[in-house]
Amino acid sequence: MSLSSSSPRPESEAAAPDAAAPGPVPGRRPAGRRVSLRYFAVKLLGALVSLLAVMVTSFFLFRVIPGDPVAAMTQGRKVTPEQREELFRQFGLDQPLWQQFLGYLRDLLRLDLGLSYQYKAPVTELIATRLGPTLLLVGTATLIAAALGLWLGTRAGWRRGSTADRVHTGVALTLFSVPTFWLGLLMIVVLAGGAGGMPHLFPTGGMGSPDVSGVGNVIVDTAHHMVLPVATLVAVLYAQYLMIMRSSLLDEMGSDYLVTARAKGLRDDLVLRRHAVPNALLPTVTLLFLKIGQVVSGTILVEAVFSWPGLGMLFYEGLSVPDLPLVQGLFIFFSASVIFMNLLADFVYPLFDPRVRT
Amino acid sequence: MAVAAAIALVGSALPAAPAAAQADSGQQTLTMAADQPVDSLSPFIAQRLISTNIHRYIYDFLTNYDPKTNKPIPALAESWETSDDDLTWTYKIRDDAKWSDGKPLTSEDIAWTYTTMMEDEAAATANGNFVANFDKVTAPDPTTLEIKLKKPQATMLALDIPIVPKHVWENVDDFGKFNNDEEFPIVGSGPFELTKNDENQGITLEANKDYWRGAPKFDKVVFKYFSDQDAMVEALKSGEVSLVAQPSLTPAQANSLKGAENIKVNSATGKRFNGFTVNPGAQTQDGEKIGDGNPALKDKVLRQAIMKAIDKEAIVDKVYGGYAEVGEGYIPARYKDYYWKPEGADRLDFDPEAANKMLDDAGYKMGDGGVRETPDGDPLKLRMAVHNDKPDYVDTGKFMEEWLKDIGIEIEGQYVDSNLISEKLNGGEYDLIFTGWNVNPDPDYVLGLHTCDARPEEKGSMRGDAFYCNKEYDKLYDQQIEEYDPEKRAAIVKEMQQVLYEDAVVNVLDYPGALEGYRTDQVASFQVQPDPGGNIWGQDGYWSFYEAEPAEADSGGGISTGMLVGIGAAVVVVLGAGAFLVLRRRSATADDRE
Repeated sequence: MSLSSSSPRPESEAAAPDAAAPGPVPGRRPAGRRVSLRYFAVKLLGALVSLLAVMVTSFFLFRVIPGDPVAAMTQGRKVTPEQREELFRQFGLDQPLWQQFLGYLRDLLRLDLGLSYQYKAPVTELIATRLGPTLLLVGTATLIAAALGLWLGTRAGWRRGSTADRVHTGVALTLFSVPTFWLGLLMIVVLAGGAGGMPHLFPTGGMGSPDVSGVGNVIVDTAHHMVLPVATLVAVLYAQYLMIMRSSLLDEMGSDYLVTARAKGLRDDLVLRRHAVPNALLPTVTLLFLKIGQVVSGTILVEAVFSWPGLGMLFYEGLSVPDLPLVQGLFIFFSASVIFMNLLADFVYPLFDPRVRT
Repeated sequence: MAVAAAIALVGSALPAAPAAAQADSGQQTLTMAADQPVDSLSPFIAQRLISTNIHRYIYDFLTNYDPKTNKPIPALAESWETSDDDLTWTYKIRDDAKWSDGKPLTSEDIAWTYTTMMEDEAAATANGNFVANFDKVTAPDPTTLEIKLKKPQATMLALDIPIVPKHVWENVDDFGKFNNDEEFPIVGSGPFELTKNDENQGITLEANKDYWRGAPKFDKVVFKYFSDQDAMVEALKSGEVSLVAQPSLTPAQANSLKGAENIKVNSATGKRFNGFTVNPGAQTQDGEKIGDGNPALKDKVLRQAIMKAIDKEAIVDKVYGGYAEVGEGYIPARYKDYYWKPEGADRLDFDPEAANKMLDDAGYKMGDGGVRETPDGDPLKLRMAVHNDKPDYVDTGKFMEEWLKDIGIEIEGQYVDSNLISEKLNGGEYDLIFTGWNVNPDPDYVLGLHTCDARPEEKGSMRGDAFYCNKEYDKLYDQQIEEYDPEKRAAIVKEMQQVLYEDAVVNVLDYPGALEGYRTDQVASFQVQPDPGGNIWGQDGYWSFYEAEPAEADSGGGISTGMLVGIGAAVVVVLGAGAFLVLRRRSATADDRE
């Protein structure tokens, strides 16, 4: 997603002297609140403007793609000119562009994203059925990747230059640079396809086996199908968290407040957990929010390799036609979630870091 | 925290696993990997190959095609006759066909299905072409169907329209939006019944034990969706699927499967031809010029010389690894009745020297840098539009660039997206453009693509793919559609192919084969079409799965064992990671204490 919301966020600049202080001085609180209301209003307005821009853009963006949906859908099939005209009529492509645009805006106000050309079903319904699988897969992977990344990043940063640091950073960066598609296929070939006499440990794709019934069985079956795609995603994703956590911890390492903490006689472990990590977490929180916003858009590559029926695949299917209502709807949905999560990050951020309240 | 959650998830669910394995026991299931989900389950609007094939299994048709010869044979219609004026077809409908809800299937259902498509535009979305020439369809009694035509039509035994139950479908208000996916099992009449539609994951069919032709041997056919072809092949190796056939395996995949245990590769004759068309000076039906095709290509000599410069055998060997047939006439070799091959001096075989001589004689002088000049003095440069999402087209295109260079034609290869290809075609903005069609047992439709009427009425509304117009061809086309004698009709169809071949506007390069892999420990045999040498998937008819014999040893247990081991391994990994974490933390704390 190439969307970027305009939210200037202090990326652990030189730590302000009062960073270690628990909060603002009580006497200054009323002023702080007034300022923060304005802060929220500005952010909210920004988000609304972005959303509006997305709505307008998405209509025109996908109409720039060359192609004739009717020709693409009827490709290789017998059709009479009447059948083609009927499809054009059904899709509303027989109307002038401005009329199509007005209709699109009108439907959008009613939260109606239109009818998919290919599936003849409402786009909102299609998104709803595919949202679950994507949230499950990418959500799980993001949580694991973030937890793993933060943990390893902390360890690596705290002992910079140690063997552990070099190994963790090296492994993470290697996995980060590996093509997702290739890694996924490798997992399938080795752990599912039975290359070289390996047992078939995992299914090669999909989210479930067709014959399984009963809640308990379905949960096991789904978990079984999730192992490889989640592992692939985690392998590729966790490096970002690791690197950010590591570098922001390094930024904090020289701070005076850590010296103070040590001088108080705190154990190294406590200095890390109570003082350094909370401060170093801030940039990672930002990243996490951004990533959660993108979770819904899925990851086309992993979904494709593992035949995971998620939104990423849906978007791909839509683009190849082009199934205009479907790609428009998805584009708006993806953008809206990123915008929303950014907004949420903006709102939550002051709770973590008093410095941005002004 | 997330690690703990994963342990909890896997751990809590583990005891339930053995039950999942048993759910499958005692049933013969055939699982096929499918590369796309169904678009709609309504036969009136479904367009995708997977959907139309599934409809073949769950709905019966008026006629079917013989698995061995591809000739039309009785299905719902037991016999038929035509009136003296050739305009009325009367079919005798069998009285032992039933809907899966127990109601009898009568001629009334057939008449209703056809009439709905004639009267409701939305219901004509997918198959309207079949009824375009119908005047009236009636059911005088439950076993008689009468179709009155506007003009004689020889394709009346090739009406590929699934017949739907009137008592279920007459309540549908909008055929453009009804996807037939609300109630399962779907009321049908074919050898299988669609019982389950796991949206985005797969579709389950179950055998119709009361089918009038006899019950299928497999209890279940499951279509499982895959989005990656290599993953499909791995699923075949692991035994998760019994058959991988759509899309056709690549030659590399087929070769890699050759030695695999319990796997057989079926290398079949294909339904398709691939080739390219030459812009002969694109025009609308009214003769208005479209686009910017190179005017030199109006010269038949140049077009024929291009064909003589192309080594079709090399394409078959190098692009398709031998899994294809050399293209000759317009109809693939699979359809023996209509297959035509040029003879003797008419043949435009690979012969660059002869091609060079033809061009020299016709006044295309060789210019500087090995590029000829047209008689008008322009350099002979042609644009060639190739679909970049089809690796076989791209490879073929690269070879053609070289071969045409050898006879002094400079080719600008434009390897672009299919959407752009159709834009170039519609706009007439190409010189050579790749194309290919799946051909049905009845050739009428693909032949119709090259009549003068297939050219656009106005720019953008083209039905064909060549802007071809030859009065002689059109005359033959009209003759074949009115010729009810199969042999005489076949003779006309062959003559049409000769005209196409000579004009060298529509050029066939190859008939790619279908490569299909299946597990012999799950399926003992399939009925291929045509037999021998035919394909399993995408048949005209339901023969492959209907006649498929289950293998004796059921391998259903293998998957669930794998599942248990897999979950066990996952638990070990997760626990190991957890232990590692705990140990690291302890040792770190110990370090700190010192």
